[in-house]
Amino acid sequence: MIYREAGQFKTTYLNDSQIFPIAQDRYAVAALLIVAFIAIPLFASQYFFSAILIPFLIFSLAALGLNILTGYAGQISLGTAAFMAVGAFASYNFMLRVPGMPILVAFILGGICAAMVGILFGLPSLRIRGFYLAASTLATQFFVVWCLTKVPWFTNYSSSGVITAQQINILGIPFDTPGEKYVLVLIIVSVMALLAKNMVRSNVGRSWMAVRDMDVAAEVIGFRIVRTKLIAFAVSSFYCGIAGALFAFCYLGTVEPEAYNLDLSFRILFMVIIGGLGSILGSFLGAGFIVLLPTVLSVIVHYTGLPNSVTSNLELMVFGALIIFFLIVEPHGLARLWQIAKEKLRLWPFPH
Amino acid sequence: MQFFFEVLIAGLLSGVMYALVALGFVLIFKASGVFNFAQGAMVFFAALTAVGLKEEFNLSLWVAIPLTMVVMIVLGFAIERIVLRPLVNQHDITLFMATIGLTFFLEGLVQLIWGSTVRKLDLGIPDVPIEVVMSKTGMLVSQFDVIAAGICAVMVALLAILFNKTKIGRALRAVADDHQAALSVGIPLQHVWGIVWAVAGIVALVAGLLWGSRNGVQFALTFVALKALPVLIIGGFTSVPGAIVGGLIIGASEKLAEVFIGPYVGGGIEGWFPYVLALLFLLVRPEGLFGEKIIRRI
Amino acid sequence: MNEQEHGRKIGDVILKVENISLRFGGVKALTDISFDVREHEIRAIIGPNGAGKSSMLNVLNGVYTPQEGVITYRGQQRKDMNTHEAAESGIARTFQNIALFSGMTVLDNIMTGRNLKIRSSFVEQAFWFGRARREEIENRAKVEEIIDFLQLQSVRKTPVARLPYGIKKRVELARALAAEPSMLLLDEPMAGMNVEEKQDMCRFVIDTNDQFGTTIVLIEHDMGVVMDISDRVVVLDYGKKIGDGTPNEVRNDPEVIKAYLGAH
Repeated sequence: MIYREAGQFKTTYLNDSQIFPIAQDRYAVAALLIVAFIAIPLFASQYFFSAILIPFLIFSLAALGLNILTGYAGQISLGTAAFMAVGAFASYNFMLRVPGMPILVAFILGGICAAMVGILFGLPSLRIRGFYLAASTLATQFFVVWCLTKVPWFTNYSSSGVITAQQINILGIPFDTPGEKYVLVLIIVSVMALLAKNMVRSNVGRSWMAVRDMDVAAEVIGFRIVRTKLIAFAVSSFYCGIAGALFAFCYLGTVEPEAYNLDLSFRILFMVIIGGLGSILGSFLGAGFIVLLPTVLSVIVHYTGLPNSVTSNLELMVFGALIIFFLIVEPHGLARLWQIAKEKLRLWPFPH
Repeated sequence: MQFFFEVLIAGLLSGVMYALVALGFVLIFKASGVFNFAQGAMVFFAALTAVGLKEEFNLSLWVAIPLTMVVMIVLGFAIERIVLRPLVNQHDITLFMATIGLTFFLEGLVQLIWGSTVRKLDLGIPDVPIEVVMSKTGMLVSQFDVIAAGICAVMVALLAILFNKTKIGRALRAVADDHQAALSVGIPLQHVWGIVWAVAGIVALVAGLLWGSRNGVQFALTFVALKALPVLIIGGFTSVPGAIVGGLIIGASEKLAEVFIGPYVGGGIEGWFPYVLALLFLLVRPEGLFGEKIIRRI
Repeated sequence: MNEQEHGRKIGDVILKVENISLRFGGVKALTDISFDVREHEIRAIIGPNGAGKSSMLNVLNGVYTPQEGVITYRGQQRKDMNTHEAAESGIARTFQNIALFSGMTVLDNIMTGRNLKIRSSFVEQAFWFGRARREEIENRAKVEEIIDFLQLQSVRKTPVARLPYGIKKRVELARALAAEPSMLLLDEPMAGMNVEEKQDMCRFVIDTNDQFGTTIVLIEHDMGVVMDISDRVVVLDYGKKIGDGTPNEVRNDPEVIKAYLGAH
């Protein structure tokens, strides 16, 4: 009875196209943001920030980026980590080589570099589709990591190929502790999620989905396929690039190109599939799921007395099985389950 | 010049093995339209199971291999039943992602059973230069590579016979041409798919044994198998001759590139060269050398 | 029906097709087809299965490029149309096998029809700011008019994949109309419908023609419908034109009768 839209009439189209048209949803989101911005920074432990919350948010952003490309525009990518790497190493070099570079600008420039690489490697998508594209994004993955490893300029001639991300300081305020970094990441991720939501509910989002669902029809009604796909690649890579920069600056601190390997790309793809293709919320749910799963598994393994080496293999199996399970049972992932739950709740307690 | 030929021949011979992995892809793609990303994992799975059986139970290799063959056949049918059948008529991208899931599952499962250590595999074929060739031309050509190429040739011949001369082969070709029509004349689609996966499993076993005895049976095998992707792009997804020619091109070009271009750019370009080559190829001829041009109708 | 009943005026020729031939490899889909379409008229293309009707439509809006022939649309002569130009010059269409965007709601599907009216960039849209927001609201208002016109109010926010066949066809028409086209190509708009749905669809086609003055080129198998609503009919058989004229003329054309008797 509590979760109802009865009595909430939309009198303008503006009102009707709100992100959360149901008032209760708006309160819930407001509450969540208050908790995330105020309560958590006050009470969470260092470990919780650096092992769970920060990676969760960063992976959410990367998953969001991939979701724009794969979930909304229907272009599969196995090279997400490569775009993240471009964002990270570009930001690092902007900070290193441009005196007085504000860190946020460096992040954005890093994102733009990733977007340009995205457009470059997205070009084949104009002629090919499906798994051909998967192969082309694999090329991105291997080529970019190789490039960052082999060209010493990118890592500032560090002998081990490892870089140490610069300290974060915005307008004189340092972000050093995990708690402070968490707040920074949270702000960036929240803003970018909002922008993504705006895009997918506007013409550009519709153009992506149209190309995804039926490209011939999309072309016939006037969408430019080339531009649509390249914008999807650019925006997606921009998001991944920022996520990659945050991954280096706010999570790992010291990072080598190999950190952005094929395994990371797959992990993010899994977040998108499990969370829900074509859903902003799904990116967050999927990231949360994949971040928490290993922790949960290791606890289970610990209590059942199995050897620890089992955990990583078990993790692979559970990932794999879950992917297959979700694709068969609920291709729209956790986000869809959440939606179904909400629809049930709307009717409760009178299901008919 | 002699060195060039040595590299070229070594590349061609390792290309034969890429072709073998690619062959497994082609079989499944032809019959069911599924792009089986897990082919690499199946190669690893088969090789590790064979070695595991041999070492853990002190079996002779010639007992372990048939046993593994049985395992791969069972696995093939199980995959069809559990993964593919519920996903019939889904987008090919969905099926593709399901096989990525399958990849992880198989990799986890096989390492859970047999452990993650690198295991040596000795097929009894020495990896030494062939003396006749060396004395005549002075080139180093590995005996192992030549025998491996021979085995691949036999595999391809067997598959060709299976495809063209047997009843199952006819059913396979019918299914590959048109699922609906094949169903309507009474070909048991699912049964055929099961068989294809089983055959692909056996092809994976052969590939796994050959690769494994050369580099050791280890997780890196799955990366080798990923190279089958560019092979397929160059050869075309549905063509058996394409897989072979594509394999040869990739094998030869990556070795040549590594040896002759590699030193100028810091080496290690084998890792990505095949993909970038395939990418360039895509821009020129998206359907591959032997692939059929697809006319899309609306 | 004739002009007086419609209360509309058939204008000059706006689309002229001359000597179009289209081949796929060795297969001749269309051979030397010529006909014209006048402004505001309803022009039908009929013919047995495989006669090349859909191919003809695909040539008209640039999905296929004919090997020979010329298309003149609004005075502009083209060897071939490209799909985007066709859309920009006001040609919209529906497809034989429904080509809706299955992952989107009815509202979003129809909104895609307005994409050429949207000028704001994706960056503006990301910030949901100024021009982007204004355009979204303006176009939404226009789309709502079409939703009213085609009586789709109750399914506005339903994902199209969940809709029954007849409604999907109507949504596809809505998406085409959203572009405010001057020419509408309909590929079997009534195929597979029951009598009631057909009547509805007929009404919508006539109303569209009537109220918006849209020129309509349609392919239809139901002869009753074709003879009722169209002003002129082109008859194709095996990729060749075998008849052209008013429904009455065509009905009595011996060649057409032969083709149809042969086919049925």
